[in-house]
Amino acid sequence: MNLECFSAGSSPLHRADVRLKMIGAFLLSVTVALCYSLSAPLLALGVALLLLGSARLPLVKVGRRLLVVNLFTLLFWLTLPFTVPGRTVMEAGPLVVSGAGINLAALITVKTNAIVLIFMALVATSGVTAIGHGLAGLKVPPRFCMLLLFTYRYIFVLQQEYQRLRRAALLRGFRPATTMHTYRTYGNLLGMTLVKSWQRGRRVQQAMELRGFQGRFYVLEGRPLAAADWGLLALLFGAALGVACMELLGAPGGWS
Amino acid sequence: MHLAEGILSGPILLGGAVLAVAGTAIGLKKIDQERIMTTALLGAAFFVASLVHVPVGPGSAHLLLNGLMALILGWGCFPAILVALVLQALFFQFGGFTVLGVNVVVIAGSGLLGSFFFRQWLASPAKRALAGFLAGFLSVACAALCMALILVSTDQHFLATAKVVFGAHLPVMVVEGLITMFVVQFLARVQPEILNIAPDGKGRGEKNGF
Repeated sequence: MNLECFSAGSSPLHRADVRLKMIGAFLLSVTVALCYSLSAPLLALGVALLLLGSARLPLVKVGRRLLVVNLFTLLFWLTLPFTVPGRTVMEAGPLVVSGAGINLAALITVKTNAIVLIFMALVATSGVTAIGHGLAGLKVPPRFCMLLLFTYRYIFVLQQEYQRLRRAALLRGFRPATTMHTYRTYGNLLGMTLVKSWQRGRRVQQAMELRGFQGRFYVLEGRPLAAADWGLLALLFGAALGVACMELLGAPGGWS
Repeated sequence: MHLAEGILSGPILLGGAVLAVAGTAIGLKKIDQERIMTTALLGAAFFVASLVHVPVGPGSAHLLLNGLMALILGWGCFPAILVALVLQALFFQFGGFTVLGVNVVVIAGSGLLGSFFFRQWLASPAKRALAGFLAGFLSVACAALCMALILVSTDQHFLATAKVVFGAHLPVMVVEGLITMFVVQFLARVQPEILNIAPDGKGRGEKNGF
């Protein structure tokens, strides 16, 4: 199970400091999320595509991820054009397509994709370990960072445990279907996974306490921030400012 | 079950973030030092469980298990679910930063609300199955309702979409209820300490060792 497929790479964005990347991504995506006009998120989408290009991510995988994300926006395309009142653009039998509905669906699609691409290019280009340490550097409570790092560390172990149980069940002729037996079997498999995880957690806890664990997790400071890191943050801040200006000065507000 | 990025309005995003931070702070305070590892491990197990496809009629559904998580972890389910959602965002890019708070509140808050009255029932063998089913069912129902309400309060034109979202979750509620019920019964037989209950009957309940 290779889940962190975007974190391996040597682009400038992969090498930039994770703390400043997270701050920049946060500023930019919050700005986009607050937009009501179509033009500002389009600008942000452009910025996101530039970032994606400079991160040199595998485009096929990016496309596949976006496809999943857009299943939810598809839901809006299937409902909004017919339900939002507005100037009629098209009529097909009982269905009336309104321009305002199309605008709203388009706005949501652009915003969703822009924010997800920003996140991919800036945050998913760092590994979970680096992000956990980076969060600690940003003064997030140490206990939360520890929870993040240890959950991440054991996901793969527990995934294998679960697969082992499932395979054993399949070998014994278990065929999932919509039956009570299926749900009982899944309940038992998941219950056993929980029992194993709980017991392992107890053992890890005891092992750590033996070694002097006192509830604190020490994180080494990363490398000092370089001029390039600050440059990236300045660029991202500028982009967020640009999007905000476009939203405030540009097209008249409102969705309808 | 996630609300995607780029849909909700600013005030709702902000409100979600504030509530998520508050819930997570309470949760972190309630996890004492002795339980931090079991919380992390249970969180990882729930992450794995959320990838499981369970057949529902002709299709299949992902499990949410927020009711079960709240039954086991109490307020600790807030930080555990936040961690799981951060990891999901990093691995699968379902979402980003801005909607994270709302999603945490919808999932963890509904779990707490849906299972709140049934935690005490777990101790009695007669009520246990019903408690498990209701906790699983109501937690998902509550989460779907919250999602629908949030959509409608962002923009009333989302009403049709919200109805689709809620309707699509109806079969999932039943399946979640059943699976939560079976998991709870299994845990009560095999490792009742996870549910914070004493073993049934006399049993040879080992207290501390494996």
